[in-house]
Formats: sequence, C-alpha cells, structure tokens
Amino acid sequence: MTESAERRTADVSDVTGQQSEGGLQRIVNTQPFWVLVALIIICIFMGTISDTFLSERNLFTTTRNFAFMAIVALGMTTVIVTGGIDLSVGSVMGLSGIMAGITLAAGYPLWFGLGACLLSAMAAGAVNGFIIAYFRMSPFVVTLGMLAIARSLALVVSNNRMFYEFGPDQPLFLAIGGGRTFGLANPVWALIVLTLIFMWLYRYSTWGRYVFAIGGNYEAAKLSGVPVERVIVSVYVVSSLMAGIASFLMVGWLGSVTNALGQTYELQVIAATVIGGANLMGGSGYAIGAPIGAALVEVIRNSLLLAGVDPYWQGTFLGGFIILAVLLERIRGRRSE
Amino acid sequence: MAVLELRRISKSFGAIRALEAVDLTIGGGEVIGLMGDNGAGKSTLVKIIAGNFPPTSGAMLIDGAEVHFSKPIEARRRGIEIVYQDLALCDNLTAAANVFLGREVKRWFGPIRYLDHKSMYDRTAEIFSELKSETRPRDVVRRMSGGQRQAVAIARTRLSDPKLVLMDEPTAAISVRQVAEVLDLIRRLKETGHAVVLISHRMPDVFAVCERVAVLRRGRKVADKPITDSSPEEVTALITGALHEA
Ligand SMILES: Nc1ncnc2c1ncn2[C@@H]1O[C@H](COP(=O)(O)OP(=O)(O)O)[C@@H](O)[C@H]1O
Ligand SMILES: [Mg+2]
Repeated sequence: MTESAERRTADVSDVTGQQSEGGLQRIVNTQPFWVLVALIIICIFMGTISDTFLSERNLFTTTRNFAFMAIVALGMTTVIVTGGIDLSVGSVMGLSGIMAGITLAAGYPLWFGLGACLLSAMAAGAVNGFIIAYFRMSPFVVTLGMLAIARSLALVVSNNRMFYEFGPDQPLFLAIGGGRTFGLANPVWALIVLTLIFMWLYRYSTWGRYVFAIGGNYEAAKLSGVPVERVIVSVYVVSSLMAGIASFLMVGWLGSVTNALGQTYELQVIAATVIGGANLMGGSGYAIGAPIGAALVEVIRNSLLLAGVDPYWQGTFLGGFIILAVLLERIRGRRSE
Repeated sequence: MAVLELRRISKSFGAIRALEAVDLTIGGGEVIGLMGDNGAGKSTLVKIIAGNFPPTSGAMLIDGAEVHFSKPIEARRRGIEIVYQDLALCDNLTAAANVFLGREVKRWFGPIRYLDHKSMYDRTAEIFSELKSETRPRDVVRRMSGGQRQAVAIARTRLSDPKLVLMDEPTAAISVRQVAEVLDLIRRLKETGHAVVLISHRMPDVFAVCERVAVLRRGRKVADKPITDSSPEEVTALITGALHEA
C-alpha cells in the first residue's frame, strides 16, 4: 500500500517533470524560436537607428513582401521535410501568373483566372512529383528541369507580352492582391490562414504524419504501408499550388505580369525555409518556420537597403545565409547525437 | 492445420542464390527457432513471408490456401507481423507515431478526420507496460537506446492480433535484462496462441523458448527438429557445417 502510493507519486512527478521541462525545452530547442529571437533583436536594433524602419508604412510593405515568400516557403518546407527540394517554384510562379493574366485579359471572370493559375501550377507540380516518386529520380534534377520548362512555357504562352488589363473583374483582382483588411495587407492574411492550415496538417493529419515519416526513413515508411509515392506526388503538387497562390496575389498587387515573374525566387524561398528550421536532409521542419524564416530574409534585405548597402550585395547575403543556416543545423545535429 | 506452409521456396538475387528449395511448416502457436550463419538466408526467408519480395520459385500457403504477397501490408492483413533486423523505424518520430505508422487512429470532427494522439499515446503506453519496457510513448526514437528501439519495433506487432510474428534477431542489440523481457514476451505470445519465428544467434535464447529449431546453411535447410531431440552442440555443428544434416 505504502509502496504503491510511493511509486505512484514518483511516477507522477516523473511524468510532470518530464512534460513541463519537455514543453518549454521543446520550443526553445527549435530553430524557429531562435530565429524569432534574432528577428526581434534586429527589429529593435533597426528601430533605434532608423526612423523609417518601424514606421507603419515600412512595416506594411515588409510584411506584405515576406508574405509572398512565406506562402511559397510553406510548400517548400513540406517538400524539404520529405527529403526533397523544389527548384521550380519561381518558374511555376511565372507560368501560373501568366495563365492568370492571359485568361483575365481575355475577359474571363476572376474564378476562371484563379482556376487557370492554380491548375497550371498544380500540373507542373504533378509532373515533378510523378517523376520523382515513380522513377525515383533526384528531386534536384527533376525540378531543375521544371525550372527551365515552366519558364519557357510562360514565354511561349505569353509570347513575351505584358498583361496589365485584367478584364471585367480587374478591380476585384487588384484589390485581392494589393488591398488591405484591418490594417494588414491581404497577402499577409492569406499567409496567416495558410500557416495555420499547415500547422494543423503537420500535427493532426495522416498526410502530415506521412510527410515526416518519409523524410525520417523512406524504407520504413514504405514497409509500414505508407503510400509513399502518392504522398511524394502530393507534396510537389502542394509546393506548386503555394507558388500559384503567391503568384495570383502578387500579380494582383503588381497590377501587371510578365513571364519574368518570380525569377530567382526559389533562392529566397529556400533560404527562408532552411532559416526557418527545415532540415535539407529531410525529417524535420516547422510550418511556423516558413513565415519566421521569410520575415528574417525580408527584414535583413530591408535593413541593408535602409542602411544604404548597395542592392547588388543582396545575393551574397542570401547565399551566405543558406550556407550558414545549413551549417548551424549540422552543428546542432551533431551536438544532439 | 498449419498457420503457414512454405513449399520449396527459392530466392535468387542475380547470381546469388540466397535460398534453395526451403520447406517449412509452422503450426498454430508454435515457436520456431531459425538459426544459421551470417548470409545463410534467414532474413531473406522471413522477408519473403512478410511480403517484402516474392520468392523466385516455390509456394506459400496460409491456412492451407496459397497466397502471393506483393507488399508487406498484404502479409500484415493476413495476420503476419514482422520485426525487421534493422528495426525499420523513423528516427524523427515518437515511439507512438512509429508504433501506429500506417495504421493511425483517427477521429471525426464533422467532415474532418484528424489524428487521435491521445488514444495512440495511451495504447502505446499500455503495450509498453505489457512488454515491461520503460520506453515512453512520447519520446523521439532518435534519442533511444538499442533496447528501447527494440521495444518500439516489437510494440508494432502488438497492435493487431497476428497469427504469426516473425522476429529477426530481436535480441542482437540489447542488454541481458532486456533479452529476458523479449523472451518473456515470446512466451506470452505463445500462451495466447500466436506462432513465432525467432531468428537468433544466441543459442540459449533459442533453447529457452523454442519448441523446434530449423537450421539454414547457405540457403538450404539442413535441420528441422524438436528442440528436445537436439542440443546446442548439434546445432552449432549444423550451423558451421561440421555436421551436414540432422
Ligand atoms: N536485397 C538483396 N540483394 C542482393 N543480395 C541480397 C539481398 N538480400 C540478401 N542478399 C544476399 O542473400 C544472402 C542471404 O542474406 P540474408 O538473408 O540477409 O542472410 P542472414 O539473415 O541469414 O544473415 C546473402 O548472401 C546476402 O548477401
Ligand atoms: Mg539477417
């Protein structure tokens, strides 16, 4: 009796101790947490040295700018968690943006333009995913091919024209991408909703569970009856779909579209994703890491601009960040072994 | 009736003949020790039974009816569970996520189906306590000891009520105390009417829990007899080839 009572209290303290420590520890141990800390420090620092940085106007544009990047990074995170990569997102934005532009310019209603935009994006993703999943080809190679193909198709479809008249639904189209609601740019609202959806999917859906299982151990997932091929196709479709959504909003904001839309965007998105804690080896990543990583990339870009650094240096910083983020992940991984 | 019957099963990997005309019959609730040197074909044999790949030739019968598995999931549906030699776990997931991988418990919220974490954690905790393992359902496999990983892999077989459990070297990487627990588990499986094929290098394990021992040498079955008619010395001789057949 006494013994079992003693044992019970021991168990409870063990469990609660484990959980309270585990709960906090778990958050502190994640990369998005530290990136968020860095982000806040940079913002405070920039706020003290620059009058414009924390101005409402600058915050509005900064959040809107990173919203596009972060939306695409949500899809990229999912791909990277499976151990893949999607280099084609920038070109898919170009192709799907042109599809939206050309259909709207031809006088079709908004829903039709949206459909053309998202379906063309998803088709490109489906091709990526199908080849990667069923022919077991390297995601790097396949999506590099799609990078060229989608960009070239955007050129073919647009015939190198620019679209800036979007037919009967033009005001609505421009308002969706360029407008604001309750003080936030509409793309930021889209990002918030999509981030919540991805957080839910990662934690509560079988699909999310399978995405992580595949990245953790492809063979084990397959042996356990996970439909690995179908899941892999789906993550590339999702990645392209996010590129399509971002592109639709972006064209509405810009008010025009050319086939160059989204050129080299994959670089920013991959930077945002790995900074947000997605491990390029697969198996780990955070939905919340996409907006946090994208925010850091955008804030640093913005800070350099405000500090008067020549924009030509931006690629150097971006590339440096990708390498640094991966290096940090390596070191962290080695320490926890 | 035999739970599983293998008739002249052969398997080649290119030029390598991993198995040659192996017959094996497993009765309900029977515990069989499968022994042999490294490369003798033990893993290949249980992987064929578990549906990882088909045999090059030969037939497999469950409850007297011939079966052809093209995927592990098909074998599982017919009541065959396997613990792989390399355990086949996802290091980045929790114990519970691994145990339920591919057969997650879901709940409905209106039209939305979502993972029922609580019932999966609870059930996993239950299985671990049945196994008398200290493993915690919420721990991530990456940070587990060999014994805990083994417990996770074994727990996977306890989700369903299989007819036959295949264990490929379940005691190779674990401590003495944990070996005793695995052997206890095998005894409990037997008591509840489950057949077990135990692959092991450890002679004492096989002689402790098995009723029959089968020995493979270079892909051929060289012995298959009740454990009471054999001895560790004889089995050792069969494995090494000092004795050709028994
Ligand atoms: N997937 C495979 N491809 C090629 N050869 C294999 C494969 N699996 C096993 N083998 C070969 O088959 C033989 C039997 O291997 P295995 O069944 O793993 O032996 P054991 O489990 O008894 O040590 C070995 O020669 C091994 O190299
Ligand atoms: Mg083996």
